[in-house]
Amino acid sequence: MNDPSEALASAKAAADRVVKTKRLNACLTGPKDLRKSLVAQAQAAHPSGVLYGMPVAVKDNIATLDFPTTCGSKILEGYRSPYEATAVVKLRAAGALITGKTNCDEFAMGSSTEHSAYGRTLHPFDKTRVPGGSSGGSAALVAAGVVPAALGSETGGSVRQPASLCGVVGIKPTYGRVSRYGLVAFGSSLDQIGVLGRSVHDAARVLSVISGRDPKDSTCEDRDPLRLPTVPESLQGFVIGIPKEYFPADLDPAVRRACDRVIRLFREQGAAVREVSLPHTSFAVATYYILAPAEASSNLARYDGARYGPRFDGATDVRALYRATRGQGFGAEVRRRILIGTYVLSSGYYDAYYRKAQQMRALIAQDFRNAFDRGVDLLFTPTTPTAAFKAGEKLADPVAMYLSDIFTVTANLAGLPAISLPIGRAKGLPLGGQFIGQAFLEDELIEAAYALERVVPATTEA
Amino acid sequence: MPAPWETVIGLETHVQLRTVSKMFCGCSAAFGAPPNTNVCPVCLGLPGALPVPNELAVKLAVRAALALGCTVHPRSVFARKNYFYPDLPKGYQISQFEQPLATDGSLSYLSPERGIVTATIVRLHLEEDAGKSLHDRFPKQTAIDLNRCGVPLIEIVTGPDFRSPQEARAYLLTLKQVLEYAGASDCDMEKGSLRVDANVSVRRAGDTALGTKVEVKNINSFAYVEKALTVERDRQIAVLEGEGGAGGAIEQQTMLYDAKTNSVRPQRTKEESHDYRYFPDPDLPPLVLQPEFIEEQRAALPELPTAKRERFQTQYALSIEHAAVLTSDRTVADYYEAAVHAGAEPKVAANWVINEVLADAKDHNEQLRVPAASLAQLVSMVKGGRLSQQAAKRVFVEVAERGGEPRNVAEALGLIQVADSGVVAAWVSEVLGAHATEVSRYRNGETKLLQFFVGQVMKASRGKADPKLAQKVLEDKLAS
Repeated sequence: MNDPSEALASAKAAADRVVKTKRLNACLTGPKDLRKSLVAQAQAAHPSGVLYGMPVAVKDNIATLDFPTTCGSKILEGYRSPYEATAVVKLRAAGALITGKTNCDEFAMGSSTEHSAYGRTLHPFDKTRVPGGSSGGSAALVAAGVVPAALGSETGGSVRQPASLCGVVGIKPTYGRVSRYGLVAFGSSLDQIGVLGRSVHDAARVLSVISGRDPKDSTCEDRDPLRLPTVPESLQGFVIGIPKEYFPADLDPAVRRACDRVIRLFREQGAAVREVSLPHTSFAVATYYILAPAEASSNLARYDGARYGPRFDGATDVRALYRATRGQGFGAEVRRRILIGTYVLSSGYYDAYYRKAQQMRALIAQDFRNAFDRGVDLLFTPTTPTAAFKAGEKLADPVAMYLSDIFTVTANLAGLPAISLPIGRAKGLPLGGQFIGQAFLEDELIEAAYALERVVPATTEA
Repeated sequence: MPAPWETVIGLETHVQLRTVSKMFCGCSAAFGAPPNTNVCPVCLGLPGALPVPNELAVKLAVRAALALGCTVHPRSVFARKNYFYPDLPKGYQISQFEQPLATDGSLSYLSPERGIVTATIVRLHLEEDAGKSLHDRFPKQTAIDLNRCGVPLIEIVTGPDFRSPQEARAYLLTLKQVLEYAGASDCDMEKGSLRVDANVSVRRAGDTALGTKVEVKNINSFAYVEKALTVERDRQIAVLEGEGGAGGAIEQQTMLYDAKTNSVRPQRTKEESHDYRYFPDPDLPPLVLQPEFIEEQRAALPELPTAKRERFQTQYALSIEHAAVLTSDRTVADYYEAAVHAGAEPKVAANWVINEVLADAKDHNEQLRVPAASLAQLVSMVKGGRLSQQAAKRVFVEVAERGGEPRNVAEALGLIQVADSGVVAAWVSEVLGAHATEVSRYRNGETKLLQFFVGQVMKASRGKADPKLAQKVLEDKLAS
């Protein structure tokens, strides 16, 4: 596409599709604002851009100039960022059309998009189920065919898990591959912007555009943007490791069958398959739920009602203002994590929790390095323990909710790239499998995903 | 009779680094801009914004650390200090905690009681400043100015090394001197670029254990350092001695000094103290400094005050006092050396700089108004007998006020001394003729009258006679 009339048509069609799928509550931007913005964007977009005219939705925790950035929270209701995230600036420069802001768990804390102050997002295949989270709005929009790709963000699986539950592709790049400037911080040492796409190619080409150095982010690596690999003929030459800890005895049978089917395909495609062990895997969720809340408790301190966002007034002194604003502005899950994080950083508990968790994080990262050092190129695992669960099912039990991240948080803790893609269905609901790769070798990951995508019976029952 | 009280003081000094921009963003770090004009998403802590360290700030901090003899660590870690305050927009301050930039330094200074002593620098770390709460701008409301937010600071922490408020002040003045020399900071307390918190305790002389310490904050002028610390020291002694010798206990707390009333009042007790929940800032990779970088900063340091003072003592044969005065300020030291290089005799030049140049500067906004070369010319003219000491001071003032070459100014004012023995002999004859009584008293052994005759010759010549020549001619004539 390089014709302005086509871009305009693409913009209008995307706006129409958003309106048609309104019942999903996946997009937080109002239809009028969205249409107006999309038309203006299509007119302003540069036809030479590699994503010219491509509608790309953006998770609501990524700063945009055109729309409010609320992070799914009441505490940022109506907040407009005076600047734009580097990833969004790069998307625009490539000619993409920012197709509204997508619903998410508040401040990306959650695995079901039920923890949004703006209501839950419905699973596009079954409205009684969740789309996963926290990037559930992005996943639902891509799965519903509204946009070919959307930006999400991951702290502990928040792109791959909803991608898996919604039957789309989700890429979490290496920590430091994409600038975090403008991504509202949750767990800064874990956060990465990722991409959800209807295909490996759609996700990968968006990732390629948003990747690369950024002088505004000290944790972003000084590297050129990712170069897309070509689609390989087969998996010849790949050594794929199957970590046994990701296939526990009580694994959901449908998930196991789908994975077994994929492993057979690997062999058929010429890959060498090896069982490997990542012995510290069982500590990953506990480690994650110390470190991410610790960082969150500090990152979210700035929302105090003093400078921006709604102020829950009537307070007579500044402490009361803080209490009222934060007490009413944050939802229960966010408050829970701030409390956990404050606790684990407190004097007298720091060594027992935070420091210990940092040590465990190093061991988990070492597990991966050990596997790769033994000649494994990529690891393959299920993305989630089950298909999409029922709305409300895990709300009363935070730990059950946290365990839905059990296969995804490790890549975040180790800072490694991973990609989830559909590998089958269970009673009509999508199942995902993921490749975890070596740091900054997204190209290998994408190459393998291309090859698997061509042969996997993604929409057939496992 | 118990042993006398001993005061123990440790200082934490916050110094603003002399950078153009802030610690983690490109905003101006200048003082005095209208409120909230030097701000951006980063220093405002807007959602999603991220810090990027200022390289010049790191360089200046390393130079300061090296100037204070610290070990600069090749790897240090930025940490978040978490607390809620309206002028702290992120809800945390980026500082350094477990792994500071530098440790184990020292600074020698001249104690008024103990001579040259050495204070230990426990640590020196980088951090950003917070904003400012203005309580007096709007009635019953607090206004926030975030211009200072993110301004680069170093915190310099000493051991409990000072034994009197006077020592604390002497250390601070020396610290200021060194940091100014190093180019790290302008150390202007009035602009808030140097701020001091003190830990004060007292104990009986001879005790080795430290007493309970109290932190004194809000000492914002050099003039108040001694006062604030004396007030707190006296308060503690009064508490310990108690009413009628009962003997109370010191509570560990933070006190605020109020310069208006010259008193301290409690800010918070230990129970109320913050748990800052320090942890490594995940937005900033560890600060890794290559050995070459550290060596470059060392090479960029000028000669520091102590070394310069010692060199002045040996090279120019100056007393320690004179050398100390001349090296207390780098500009003055450079001025002095320029005068010496322009031919002024070092000891004489030292007297001139200390007595005339610095006195003049004090009255004229610290301006060194007479160029060093002119001072050298003046000094040489005095030495060559062409200008009396008195006349030279007049010329100095004239040059300071109106400029010009001292030689020309002296001539224009008719102050050049007459060294022609014929002319001087005529003045001598005139004086001897007019004071016959004194002449006979002199000849009868009252030789101390010689100075009287010299004075009369100077008077007769209206200061133009070379006094040495006049004395010689007088001696000859009175002897004959």
